[in-house]
Amino acid sequence: MATFNLKVNGKSHTVDVEEDTPLLWVLRDHLGLVGTKYSCGIAQCGACTVHRNGEAIFSCITPASSLEGDEIITIEGLSEDGDHPVQKAWDEIDVAQCGYCQAGQIMNAAAFLDKNPSPSMEEIDEAMNRNICRCGTYHKIREAVATAAKIK
Amino acid sequence: MATGLKTNRRDFLKIAGTTAGGLFIGFNWMSCDSPKVEVLTTEQILSQAKSFNGYLSISPTGDVVIYSPNPELGQNIKTSFPMVVAEELEADWNRVRVVQANLDTEKYDRQLTGGSGAMPHSWERLRKAGATAKFVLVAAAAETWKVPASEITVEKGIISHKATKKSGHFGEFVELASTMTAPEEITLKDKKDFTIIGTAVKNVDNPEIFTGKPLFGLDFYREGMLHAMVQRPPFGMKIKSIDDSGAKSVNGVTDVIQFENNVAVIGKSTWPLMKARRLLKVEYEADGAVESTEDHNRIFREMLDSGKSTVRREDGNVAQAFKGAAKIVTAEYQCPFLSHSPMEPMNFFAHVQGDKAELIGPTQTPDRARQTAAEILGIPAENISVEITRLGGGFGRRLRADYVAEAVQISKLMNAPVKVTWSREDDLTGGAYRPAVRYRFEAALDEAGEMIGYKLKGAGINSGNSTRQDNFPAAAVANYKVESVEHNSPITTNAWRAPITNFLAYAEQSFLDEVALEAGKDPVEFRLNLLNKAKNSPTGEPGYDVDRMIGVLNTVAEKSNWGKNPNVKQGLSIYFSHRTYVAQVADIEIENGSPVLKKITAATDCGMVVNTTGANHQVRGGIVDGMGHAMYGNLTFVDGLPTQKNFDSYKLIRMKEVPEIDVHYVDSGYDPTGLGEPALPPTGGAIANAIFTATGRRLRSQPFIEQEEFSDIKLGIRRA
Repeated sequence: MATFNLKVNGKSHTVDVEEDTPLLWVLRDHLGLVGTKYSCGIAQCGACTVHRNGEAIFSCITPASSLEGDEIITIEGLSEDGDHPVQKAWDEIDVAQCGYCQAGQIMNAAAFLDKNPSPSMEEIDEAMNRNICRCGTYHKIREAVATAAKIK
Repeated sequence: MATGLKTNRRDFLKIAGTTAGGLFIGFNWMSCDSPKVEVLTTEQILSQAKSFNGYLSISPTGDVVIYSPNPELGQNIKTSFPMVVAEELEADWNRVRVVQANLDTEKYDRQLTGGSGAMPHSWERLRKAGATAKFVLVAAAAETWKVPASEITVEKGIISHKATKKSGHFGEFVELASTMTAPEEITLKDKKDFTIIGTAVKNVDNPEIFTGKPLFGLDFYREGMLHAMVQRPPFGMKIKSIDDSGAKSVNGVTDVIQFENNVAVIGKSTWPLMKARRLLKVEYEADGAVESTEDHNRIFREMLDSGKSTVRREDGNVAQAFKGAAKIVTAEYQCPFLSHSPMEPMNFFAHVQGDKAELIGPTQTPDRARQTAAEILGIPAENISVEITRLGGGFGRRLRADYVAEAVQISKLMNAPVKVTWSREDDLTGGAYRPAVRYRFEAALDEAGEMIGYKLKGAGINSGNSTRQDNFPAAAVANYKVESVEHNSPITTNAWRAPITNFLAYAEQSFLDEVALEAGKDPVEFRLNLLNKAKNSPTGEPGYDVDRMIGVLNTVAEKSNWGKNPNVKQGLSIYFSHRTYVAQVADIEIENGSPVLKKITAATDCGMVVNTTGANHQVRGGIVDGMGHAMYGNLTFVDGLPTQKNFDSYKLIRMKEVPEIDVHYVDSGYDPTGLGEPALPPTGGAIANAIFTATGRRLRSQPFIEQEEFSDIKLGIRRA
């Protein structure tokens, strides 16, 4: 077991888990932050996407113990009142079907737009290609990322 | 945020459920500058509300709570059902809270998600639920004001009497209205007066989904709950020996137990179980047929060549028609097993306590979950409660209760509350797939190119009847025979979004194009000709509405500019399934020498559209799903075990591969039918036919990506 500090959504947590425990399972099983989703566990689908110092990372393959000193932001901490431009755009465009992948989609989109505030549609497609939506909401995701860029 | 309500409960999911309504309105969603209004939680509203029927409670504050009984897996039923109730109630949608109902077989019937059947089944009863409540609210206002009920109007939750200038909100009449009864025969609204139905209403769970609130089964946690993961055997095998020493040595694993043919690892959190699974050594031995994909390929041919089959429909004299034919066209088509792969893996919570049990989780069939638990535990079904969480996709996989059964068994064995979680690998290897099938088609043409005979033999592995014998072109061909034959395999199969038709439509619509080509006819004209025969001189009964079929065909031909642009190579497909008619045209253009799939145009007749956003979601999503699986989906087996174990080898369609999808509806004046499935079946055929038009290459097997004919096909990306 390893004890270390983890800063998630601006709050410090002392975590006592096996050293190889992925951030995903620390968030879900130990910190009660279940907005970050498990789906493939091998960095293929993006449902587990969170921000590490502003970068979108796959929390399912990132050991939590490697993140000491980093700023971790999850979907729960993306905004105070759910009013981040990406969240607003996701509501305006009414993106979700089942909704399970959408937290990961939103986190990926938010990190992408931070780096590229006025992307082309090609750049949106490229950036969002790393997240799978099994319901096939891709058209809406594309539209919502473009809308979020305008809200910003 | 929600006000007032304090709770010590540690069930994450329940906390979210009780605050859901409060969050929805009190959230300052999209309106940071608006003044904060104290907003009641849904639980606070319900504590003072009067129940009018199983769907509807209204509180003295005027807030309306509508229960949605059917499991929500992305088909948007949790929004569209309440829209129908609210419409007839004349409610103010902004004052409506929606609550997912628990399983209640006394209040609701057909509380399940499958077969695109919820809306057609419940349309009338939802309308009546709203209309009867409106009736008694109006009656209560009439009595209070001493005016005739007939002079009272209701709009957006406000009841008014114009002559006396009296008005009040629903809440003011709830007390009296709840003592009154509405007549059996109730007048429903004229469809032309609908103000909610037929509009774009947002998903009621948006705020929770977009802020990561616990909604899904996997998000459910309870204090003291054990986590469990299960190792299941390859198909056709049983446990020979277990070495659990490595698994037990993992920190955080408390128990390793065997039940039936499975081994469960149990602990206090998920990750140690995933690690322990890798160290768990289980040896298996054959317990029946242990099959591989190459066995299936041989079995398919044996089935198609054997004389054995069940004749599903026979019209005229097929043998004679083929004997006298000027031309005979034959082709075989094959589709592989597929996994459902919903993004949320299988999971369920069970707490068995003596002769009672509590079940919570994602299920398309809550009653089956309960019956399964009752059988396992030998207790009455009424002692078992089932709470339905939001489902992270289903696609038919959660019609089965195998994962519920595991949670129940382990909870009983451990005498503790247990959540069973499947890994993605478990999901891909754990069974209940779309069956694999192979079809043999034969068509007989006369000198004039008329199809005078049609034969279809479907061979499936655990498929049941792999045909839909009364579907088009049934009734359009004078000599017609459809038969099926099945192989029973230990590999488990299950309904998969648009069961059977999800591959039959592709095979049949592609074969019909082969016949049209041999007959020297345009694909649209060829099908129209057949449909006119089914309409004017049918042979037997068509199992579809010929006019509605013609309606979507003509619409898609018009909207896709069929045959008008020589640079656009097109493929057509039309299909009827689950009471809904969908025609699609795929467009391929040649760019830099490569055929690029650019666009799919769809025309849908699902009767009246309830929620325009929801309908577009289902049509586009169905097409994306149909396209993705036709192109990439493939589950192959070696010795009873799937080769593809996760999304690195089992490819799902992604953003960059999705072309433009242009969606149209045909308003035929019918009541609404379902849309969860019907847009999917035609897509594979439209794409295969477009590829043929563009390249002259016929794709007779899925997945397309593994066929040589597909090697240089590119996929278009919409550029706005």
